[in-house]
Amino acid sequence: MSHEEFKPILLARQGKPNSHKLATYQADGGYQALAKALAMKNTDVVDVVKASGLRGRGGAGFPTGLKWTFLPKDLNGPVYLCINGDESEPGTFNNRVLIEQDPHQVLEGIVISSFATRTTTAYFYLRYEYGRCYRVLKDAIDEMVDNNLLGKNILGSGYDLDIHLHRGACAYICGEETGLIESLEGKRAWPRIKPPFPAIEGAFRRPTVVNNVETMACIPHILNRGAEWFMSMGIPRDPNNTRDAGSYGPKLYCISGHVNKPGLVELPMGISARDLIDKHGGGVWKGRKAKAVVPGGISMGFMSEKELDTPLDFAGPGRVGCLGLGTAAVIVIDDHTSMIDVLYNACRFFAHESCGQCTPCREGTAWSTKILERIREGRGKLSDIDVLLEISSSIGTIPGTTICGLADGAAWPIKTAINKFRPEFEEYIKSGRKSESRSLAAAH
Amino acid sequence: MSELSSTELSSNAKKVIEEHLGRYPSKQAVTLPALHVVQEEKGCVSRKAIKEIADILELSPAQINDTLSFYGFFRTEEDPLGKKRVWICRSLPCMLRGGEELLAELCERWGIQPGQTTPDGEVTLELAECLGACDGAPCMLIDDELSLCVTADDVEKQVRGRA
Repeated sequence: MSHEEFKPILLARQGKPNSHKLATYQADGGYQALAKALAMKNTDVVDVVKASGLRGRGGAGFPTGLKWTFLPKDLNGPVYLCINGDESEPGTFNNRVLIEQDPHQVLEGIVISSFATRTTTAYFYLRYEYGRCYRVLKDAIDEMVDNNLLGKNILGSGYDLDIHLHRGACAYICGEETGLIESLEGKRAWPRIKPPFPAIEGAFRRPTVVNNVETMACIPHILNRGAEWFMSMGIPRDPNNTRDAGSYGPKLYCISGHVNKPGLVELPMGISARDLIDKHGGGVWKGRKAKAVVPGGISMGFMSEKELDTPLDFAGPGRVGCLGLGTAAVIVIDDHTSMIDVLYNACRFFAHESCGQCTPCREGTAWSTKILERIREGRGKLSDIDVLLEISSSIGTIPGTTICGLADGAAWPIKTAINKFRPEFEEYIKSGRKSESRSLAAAH
Repeated sequence: MSELSSTELSSNAKKVIEEHLGRYPSKQAVTLPALHVVQEEKGCVSRKAIKEIADILELSPAQINDTLSFYGFFRTEEDPLGKKRVWICRSLPCMLRGGEELLAELCERWGIQPGQTTPDGEVTLELAECLGACDGAPCMLIDDELSLCVTADDVEKQVRGRA
């Protein structure tokens, strides 16, 4: 299927009047997938999702059905499903739009996934900043309870489920799945050492699955239209690489930064960054050129202008030195912008959001920010560049020095900015200029 | 706040906490919901409120305080919020479209720094990391409602009722 012929699936109801209401959703066939799933064996639902090749949309791209199979077969107590709605990766806003405009699509996916995983209590962890989403979800859940789509004996199937909304408190680390679990339990959101993985020991020390909001929105469509239909979209797995799981299905791409038309676009996986910007983002603003592009949230690092033909599937960004596809949040930076200011902004973000548990992350993010502050004040040294690179290669789960991946996300913007724009850093430091950016000192 | 009791927690706050207890297998999980309802009502979480929450959840006040202090979101009684809390996003997508300048402009107009409250107690100004509205950068959050593509005049109008 070409990108031109594609009709939105997850965003099909965007902009329709009352798109958030149960009646609108049901008029479009909503909750038929749930009825279908409830008539199946729960393990057959798992098999369909597994066969579809659906990979988690939250950033790591782990195969969803496979994750569900890690739950113990014999249960001696409850299983929990936690929905990760702590969307906080800079550039990312697809969960917000999905929930505000079409909450029932997400909720139907949650009920089906809960049934598949034998969950009877699901927790929807939602970032505090999404107040409108919170109220929309609350109303939608009430509608479901009133219509026997939630609660006891759902649609006469004998299956019971409650969904509880749980609001966060403005901390990026709660998007890390074990940080989320700790936060849900009422503690500071310090990620846990794995193993044990949540499927074995998660929320309240019970087997737990943590799934992303966009992932949930895909589930009803997979049940309705089948695994083969889902696999007809996107980039197939590389037959020469046994570790490649492919990039199937539709994907929401968030476009922001220096484009004429920032917004949310749904396309089959694998469009190039250049086509996304030119055909769907209205091109770079003010007739300028792109200097750098973030492929999937700031923690993925930067692509240079030369690399913009890279396909935005799970494997593409990694081939040009980025950390991965991440959240598919594309941030465009024009050629009038200083990469020193951009990198400083990224480093400051991670210094602010490091949870402080692991010393390499806490110190590495703080010092990289301080070094860049000094460079921006015109007091940088050429040797600072290599110190920044040294920090970036020594923090994170990849060098094995931290518990979670936040520090890998902090390292990649540094690595890619310096490796791809080193002459700009050298020229800036030699010039001794002060940054023209009006940003305030690193308060907080 | 003029409750006819000597407790810091209002009867509504106690009711909300009570309702949440049935939703989780542990009492400690009600910590964030409890902190939210208290801060929403009073603009801060006092030491007395921490103690009372701890009593209901059968925890040490130190455990409540540990969670409270981890999330920069909650305020203590020494540092209460104004009537409205305005967050201006400064993360990369907003920075690229004027978020930093917007924040600096508001600091100048209101004569306060991020984190501070105007002397009349009306508005607390905060800097935010990505608010998830990058399609409308620069964006802001008033309490928990997002506004997209805002200027300093828009903010003044929405927050102070004047441009």
